[in-house]
Amino acid sequence: MNIHEYQAKQIFAKYGVPTPRGIIANTPDQAVANAGELGGNIWVVKAQIHAGGRGLGGGVKLAKSKEEVRELATEILGMTLVTHQTGPEGKLVQKVYIEEGADIKDELYLSVVLDRAAEMPIIMASTEGGMDIETVAHDTPEKIIKIAVDPAFGFQGFHGRELVFGLGITDKAEQKKMIDFAKKLYTLYMENDAEMIEINPLIKTASGDFLALDGKMGFDDSALGRHPDIEDMRDISEEDPDEREASQYGLSYIALDGEIGCMVNGAGLAMGTMDTINYMGGTPANFLDVGGSANAETVAKGFEIILKNPNVKAIFVNIFGGIVRCDRIANGIIEATKITDVHVPVIVRLDGTNAPEAAEILSNANIANLIVATDLGDGAAKAVAAAKQA
Amino acid sequence: MSILVNKDTKVIVQGFTGGEGTFHAEQCMAYGTQIVGGVTPGKGGQIHLGQPVFNTVKEAVAATGATVSMVFVPPAFVADAVMEAAQAGIELAVVITEGAPVRDMQAAKACAVKNGMMTIGPNCPGIITADECKIGIMPGSIFKKGNVGLISKSGTLTYEGANQVCNEGYGITTAVGIGGDPIIGLSYKQLLQMFQDDAETEAIVMIGEIGGDLEIQAAAYIKENITKPVVAFIAGQSAPAGKRMGHAGAIISGSAGTAKEKMDALSAAGVKVVVSPAEIGKAVKEVLS
Repeated sequence: MNIHEYQAKQIFAKYGVPTPRGIIANTPDQAVANAGELGGNIWVVKAQIHAGGRGLGGGVKLAKSKEEVRELATEILGMTLVTHQTGPEGKLVQKVYIEEGADIKDELYLSVVLDRAAEMPIIMASTEGGMDIETVAHDTPEKIIKIAVDPAFGFQGFHGRELVFGLGITDKAEQKKMIDFAKKLYTLYMENDAEMIEINPLIKTASGDFLALDGKMGFDDSALGRHPDIEDMRDISEEDPDEREASQYGLSYIALDGEIGCMVNGAGLAMGTMDTINYMGGTPANFLDVGGSANAETVAKGFEIILKNPNVKAIFVNIFGGIVRCDRIANGIIEATKITDVHVPVIVRLDGTNAPEAAEILSNANIANLIVATDLGDGAAKAVAAAKQA
Repeated sequence: MSILVNKDTKVIVQGFTGGEGTFHAEQCMAYGTQIVGGVTPGKGGQIHLGQPVFNTVKEAVAATGATVSMVFVPPAFVADAVMEAAQAGIELAVVITEGAPVRDMQAAKACAVKNGMMTIGPNCPGIITADECKIGIMPGSIFKKGNVGLISKSGTLTYEGANQVCNEGYGITTAVGIGGDPIIGLSYKQLLQMFQDDAETEAIVMIGEIGGDLEIQAAAYIKENITKPVVAFIAGQSAPAGKRMGHAGAIISGSAGTAKEKMDALSAAGVKVVVSPAEIGKAVKEVLS
């Protein structure tokens, strides 16, 4: 689960990680009032969406008067912001963060992520703040410092020294501030079961203070149960409504831009099915894992969600029953054809537990549009052919 | 021959009396696995499925001589269960549970390694040595005895791969589902070496997916150490970046962890890489004939 910048900064503040002061606004009036409350004569108006690249997309702008705050808030609120992370359809901006202007002397990069190879968190830092870190990693990998911290022993002095010497910070007071900053960030990463924290840029002010000018945080979904305060930060409007609806039925669904709807058990086979469709010259319309407890109701729901997508020209049901029993899936398909208008060809491949029973159920049901496949390759080929004919 | 488990392996079940634990322990026993007891705190002294229940793993190990534990406890208790097994002298924990927090698994794995315990999973279908021992949730009937070893991150692709291998007239020595989480126990490297050392295994099928770099590490390892033919499939060639494809670990981060880089690395290491899982059986036939 991801959260907004302003929410990440609330967590930072709780742990004493310094940030500029700011207040969230839903309307231009609130934005102006917030600017007044913050004081000063320069503010930043920042679109709050779950995607990076907001500045380049026109979602982060500087205001030098309260009138300008109002103008910019009016412009940004309600705009559809397109960045390299939103996809071409962009994201609707519903909140703006009004932040006091900062006196930027230097821009750095700091993040904490899980290093899957080392099986522990790593702190990544760079002097190239404000740039796309993927680009820095590609073009000048020597400018990225990586420091693994073993959670069994925690953040030690040498981690801090590697960090500040690596960043070329020589002033003693500044070294101390940076080490304190990173240590707090590591602590909040661990205590909140974060998946990643990224601060880009982390700025040094003229007075030698370090501030998190941006803040991006993602959390381990499996650990949200023990963090109700973070679960409360969930912004449903940032999630795909179909994916969300599917998850309520225990289905894992992701929309894609192809023509063949897929319903599969198991994440690996679901990806493998998409790959096979591609390989045979078709295009998958979605990823859908019906999970281990699939029954008639969830299968029917799966059909409904797949068929909401107007691009779908055929549906390939590919089940290799282990825990999932094929006869239940067969009943689900029959149930679905009663509840939902399944107007496209449905190619069904059922193998594994109770497959013979399932075959009999389907052949007795006499459903129009139903094509039986013998194996994965056969099913994908038939689905691609059916989509091409439609 | 086989790897890790066989007909003589003594197994306990952590989470024995729960719904999932009961159902799958029963299936494993029907397959022939020696389930010699189980652990459910507070239910020690009871008999479940004809076997003794213990309050702690330590007691269970002392009374039964079990060396393997099959773990079915709820996600929040997985780390606790793994560490308990590790400190009680269990040699191999097979963790089926999906949804254990990543931070917990960091600690649990470190503890397992320190105590010399191997772990399979979490979030996996388990391990099966055909016709001898099934520790997990896979449908036993599709694994016919033969000479192909199988390693997979995905449960259903394990079934798909094994089924194709058997349909081509071959069979399986041992199949291991290593799990789809960001932090897992035994990985390709260790298992590839075990299959290399197993006299009965003549070819290895390796099924991976997007996310992380275990498959890249495996490719480097194969190049240096594995002389038996390897067939590989990587799921998620058509997956979009930044989206989690069902498994917690199946995500392309930025430009890293793509199917293509993994397929290229494996091909360069001399592995027979197939583009679709529908081709696994045929590829095995090709490398074995």
